[in-house]
Amino acid sequence: MARRLTFQQAINEALAQEMRRDPTVVLLGEDISGGAGANGQQGDAWGGPLGVTKGLWTQFNDRVLDTPISESAFIGAAIGGAASGLRPVAELMFVDFMGVCFDQIFNQAAKFRYMFGGKARTPVVIRTMYGAGIRAAAQHSQALYPIFTHIPGLKVVVPSNPYDAKGLLIQAIRDDDPVIFFEHKVLYTMEGDVPEESYTIPFGEAAYVREGDDVTIVALGRMVSMAQQAADTLAAEGIACEIVDPRTTSPLDTETIFESVERTGRLVVVDEAYPRCGFASDVAAQVAQHCFSALKAPIQMVTAPHAPVPFSPTLEDAFVPSPARIVDAVRQVAGKGAEVTA
Amino acid sequence: MTTSAAPPTVLGDLSREDLLDAYRVMRTIREFEERLHVEFATGDIPGFVHLYAGEEAIAAGICANLRPDDWVGSTHRGHGHAIAKGCDVKAMMKEIYGKRGGLCKGKGGSMHIADFDLGMLGANGIVGGAPPLICGVGLSAKMRGTDQVGVAFVGDGGSNQGTFLESLNLAAVWNLPVLFVVENNGYAESTSSRYHQKGIDVAKRADGFGLPGVIVDGHDFFAVYEAAREAVRRARAGGGPTLLECKVSRYYGHFEGDQQTYRAPNEVEHIRQTRDCLTRFAERVTTTGVITRDELDAIDRDVRALIDDAVREAKAAPDPDLADLVTDVYVTY
Repeated sequence: MARRLTFQQAINEALAQEMRRDPTVVLLGEDISGGAGANGQQGDAWGGPLGVTKGLWTQFNDRVLDTPISESAFIGAAIGGAASGLRPVAELMFVDFMGVCFDQIFNQAAKFRYMFGGKARTPVVIRTMYGAGIRAAAQHSQALYPIFTHIPGLKVVVPSNPYDAKGLLIQAIRDDDPVIFFEHKVLYTMEGDVPEESYTIPFGEAAYVREGDDVTIVALGRMVSMAQQAADTLAAEGIACEIVDPRTTSPLDTETIFESVERTGRLVVVDEAYPRCGFASDVAAQVAQHCFSALKAPIQMVTAPHAPVPFSPTLEDAFVPSPARIVDAVRQVAGKGAEVTA
Repeated sequence: MTTSAAPPTVLGDLSREDLLDAYRVMRTIREFEERLHVEFATGDIPGFVHLYAGEEAIAAGICANLRPDDWVGSTHRGHGHAIAKGCDVKAMMKEIYGKRGGLCKGKGGSMHIADFDLGMLGANGIVGGAPPLICGVGLSAKMRGTDQVGVAFVGDGGSNQGTFLESLNLAAVWNLPVLFVVENNGYAESTSSRYHQKGIDVAKRADGFGLPGVIVDGHDFFAVYEAAREAVRRARAGGGPTLLECKVSRYYGHFEGDQQTYRAPNEVEHIRQTRDCLTRFAERVTTTGVITRDELDAIDRDVRALIDDAVREAKAAPDPDLADLVTDVYVTY
C-alpha cells in the first residue's frame, strides 16, 4: 500500500527492508548512527548529517557502523567486504569527498570483475549526497555523476523522486556490481507515493515522466522537477514537452531516449553537472549520432556553467539550471512555435 | 608496542610435510621469478614485471599460517603471494604472457593476478591499494561470525600511503582480524627508505594507532612463520590486528629493465651469499637431520620441470579471444 513518504524516508525504508531481508547487508559511514559520544559507544544520535539513516542503529545495532573520517579506509573496507561475503552499503557523506578515496572506487571496485577474468563479484553500494542548493559552496555541492559514469564497471543511479529512490536502492543492494547511488540533498524533503512493500526498479530503464509530442526533455535527479515546472509553463504556450528521466546514467537507456526524439525531433538535455564531457553532452552526442535525420533543430543543453559552485545565494541560484532557462531552451528548439502543435 | 621477533625455535611446530611444502613454495617462487627474469629479456612478455625473488620467506612464512578461506591482498610485486596462496602456476604464467587460459583470461597481467576462490584478492597495481580492502575482509569475517583472517601486503613505499595509515587506524578501532605485512626491501621503486621515511622502523608506526608492531628478519622463513603464527592466532581469537615489518632485500630491480644504478656495488651479491632464504632454510632443516639434501634436490628438479612446462605452455597458448575485449565488465547488463 502506498503512503506519502519523503525521499529521505524512502531511502531509510529501503535500507531497513533490505537489512531485515539479508543479514549480510551492513551500513558503514561517518556519523551514520552518530552516537559515538564521550563514552566511545555508538548510539542513535545524528543518523547521518541530515538524518537519513536515523533509527537504523536502534533496529540493527552492530550492522550500522560509524567510521573514522578516513574515506579511503572505509570505502575500501566496504569494497573488500563485498568481495568476501558482505553486501555493504557505504555512505560517502558528500560526493565531493570522492577526491580522497576515488582510487578504491575506480581502480579497485570498478575493475575487479574485468581485470580478474570475470570471476570477481563486488556487490557494494556507495550512497552519496550531491548537488547545489543549500549554500554549501564549492566543496560540498557538486553533481559529479559524470565522473563515475565515465568508468566502466560502475553502475550509476540518480533518482528523481521518492518512489524511484526506494526501488532503485533496493535494486542497487541486490545488484552484484558496484553501484554509486546519488541522492540530491534538496530532494530529501520531496514527498511522493511510496508502496510499503519491497520492490525493485531495474537499472537502464528510463521513465516517461510526462508525455508530449513537441519536444523531448531528458533530465535526471533534481532536474526532473525543474523540467516539470518548465513543461507546465510551456504547455500554457501550446508546446507539449515529453520528459524522459533515465534514472541511471550507467547503464543508460538510450533506446527510450532515441524513441522519444525520433517522435518529437527536438531535444533539450538538462543537467546540473558541469557542461564539458558531462551527462548532457553525452546524451546530445548519442542522439546526434543515432537520430540525426529525425532532428528538426539543433540540440540544446541546459547545464551548470563551467565553474565551481559559488557560495553566495544569488550566485548559487544562478548556477543551477532553472525552469526559466529550460523554458528558453525549449522555445529555441521549438522554433518559437513553428511546426508546434497549437 | 614495537618488538623484535624472538629468535625462532629450531623448527617450531612444523612437521616434515610442512617443511617440505614451505621449501617447495619458496623454490617455486624463486624459479618462477628467475625464469621470468630470463624470459622477459627476450621481449616475449608484454608490459611490466616486478620480481619477488629474495623475498620468498615472507610469502611462504605468512601463508603457511593461512587457510584456503583466508584472504591476502597483494602488491604490484605479487607473484610470490599468489604462488604461496596456492594459485595455479601454469595459469599464472599464461596470464603474465597475456594468453588465453591465463588465470584472469589475459585481462589482468602480472600486476593483477587474482583468484577469489583461493582467497587471493589480487596483486595490485596501486601502491597501498590492499590495506583498505583487507580491512573489509576482516570486517566481513567479523560480521559473518567466521574466524577467517585477512593479510594486506605493502612495501616500504606503500607504508607511506594514506591508505595504509588510515587502515591501521580503522583495523585498530574495529579490532579487525587482519595482519599488515610490510615487506621493507629498502627501496620504494628507486628511492631508499633512508630517504623516504627517515630510516625508521615502519613497525613503530603501529604504536601510534594502538596495535602491536613486530620487526622480523624477512630472509628467515622460521622468523616470519613464528611471528605470523602468533599474529594470526591472535586475530582468529578476536585479539585484533598486527603490523609485521619484514626487513628484506629484493634481488632484482623495481621492474625488469631497471638498471638499479641506485644500489651499492655488490649489494645484491652480498645478500645472496650471506642471507638467502632458501640457503638458510636448507641449512637449517638438513643440519637437524629432519630433511635430507636429496629430498630438497628432488623438489628443485620437480619445480624446474614445472616452470619449464609453464613457460612452454604459455608461449604456445593462443591469444585471448577478441570477443573477450568487452565481456566481464558487469555481472548483469
